[in-house]
Amino acid sequence: MHKTMEDLVPGPSICDGAWGTELQALGLAAGECPDAWNLSHADRVEAVARSYVEAGSEIILTNTFGANRLLLASHGLADQAADINRSGARISRRAASDRARVFASMGPTGKMLAMGETDEAELYAVYQEQAQALAGEGVDGLVLETFTDLNELRPALGAAKATGLPVVACMVFDSGPARDRTMMGTTPEHAAAALVEAGADAIGANCGRGIAGYIPVCGRLRAATDLPLWLKPNAGLPEVVEGRSVYRMSPGEFAEKTRDLVQAGAVFVGGCCGTTPEFIAAIVKAIKG
Amino acid sequence: MYDFAKFREAVLTGDAAAAVSLTRQALDGGVEPVDLISQGISPAMNEVGRLFEEGEYFVPELLISARATKAVFEILRPLLAKKGVQSAGRIVLGTVQGDLHDIGKNLVAAMLEGGGFEVTDLGINVAPERFIAAARDTQAQIIGLSALLTTTMPAMKTAIDAFREAGIRGRVKVMIGGAPITRSYAESIGADGYGENAAVSVDLARQLIGA
Repeated sequence: MHKTMEDLVPGPSICDGAWGTELQALGLAAGECPDAWNLSHADRVEAVARSYVEAGSEIILTNTFGANRLLLASHGLADQAADINRSGARISRRAASDRARVFASMGPTGKMLAMGETDEAELYAVYQEQAQALAGEGVDGLVLETFTDLNELRPALGAAKATGLPVVACMVFDSGPARDRTMMGTTPEHAAAALVEAGADAIGANCGRGIAGYIPVCGRLRAATDLPLWLKPNAGLPEVVEGRSVYRMSPGEFAEKTRDLVQAGAVFVGGCCGTTPEFIAAIVKAIKG
Repeated sequence: MYDFAKFREAVLTGDAAAAVSLTRQALDGGVEPVDLISQGISPAMNEVGRLFEEGEYFVPELLISARATKAVFEILRPLLAKKGVQSAGRIVLGTVQGDLHDIGKNLVAAMLEGGGFEVTDLGINVAPERFIAAARDTQAQIIGLSALLTTTMPAMKTAIDAFREAGIRGRVKVMIGGAPITRSYAESIGADGYGENAAVSVDLARQLIGA
């Protein structure tokens, strides 16, 4: 019997920060497939997972954000989808041991339904393969993150729910004049209604244009549903200085704002692009300390 | 007198079937293809861009309007060619080397095709030499570079440097775009134009070639 979302979250729960930039610091090249490192550089992926556990993450994710068959195909790795996911789940579970929960990450396929590049049936099959591989390794939940299109998120959610695990469904709200809609124009209220209807156990927002804009988005999601809310904003947009991206927001400033997110109703908080274990340690201090 | 307003409405609402049948009506009634473009398609697509900027329209609305105009251009293009009228311009597009993201680039391609441009889409992970070869083969006036990642942005500069070394930089304008790109970045690497979103790409391309 899987645990329910209520068993898993008694109160505010600290998640992890970004993985891609951490893997790059360990040698992942630009354009290289991060998920493939679950097979080729498991030790380095585990080092990232461990750094978040040590920083105080109560929930860590897995290095499987792009490990769906459609996205892996662009790296010529479609046939290794199941192995990459299984290995990613095992790596995070080893790092978490009994100190943190593991929620496995599933991201978009990079194909657009509206352009006819894929269809719902294909999406369901692709996410079913990924969700089952992850669930088979004993993760505590699944997180569908960084989605912009409800029509892509729905089949992913259906496939994830079929494993019996609790499922978090998150979208990116960064478009429109108020930066409060998804790229496809979906509002927080519309997303909440659709995701509740589709059976999500928790919903939320991740990535985006920084944490400040996600405080009102969080409040609007809170008003629209009683489900636990998951908020993992990024540390603002990067500036490029001498060919390297630099995020200006400090861990302390970010952590201060996560308190506002909790006040606005977030139950799970963490970071996306530009956040590091230092950010997580600062959030632990701000929220639990 | 042909009802251009009705035609523009069909484009604005992305009703491709209506846009196509109104195009046939126009042509049967003696409307010149160039007039259908200047009084129908262009103002309608400008309005689509304005609605996008104002947050009335989002990506799905952009796409269906672009699709409707693309269907109209398929009818008009042979007629225009017969009269010796050139397309709006020739553009080679691609996501730069090391970057595998194509959603933004595909949106730009759809908008440009809807704007009457001849688009050669080289796909993702495109090496500078492929841009150069395609620009030569198609006699392109513009090369469009896309990147989603901060880590692959530097490949835009590499590409522009390669265009210069290959001696084609004087003949092509370079426009760039993508989530992490800013105007100041575009200026710093010597690009001719930067588009904040797909909706502005047609205007930007027209400006670059003085059309």
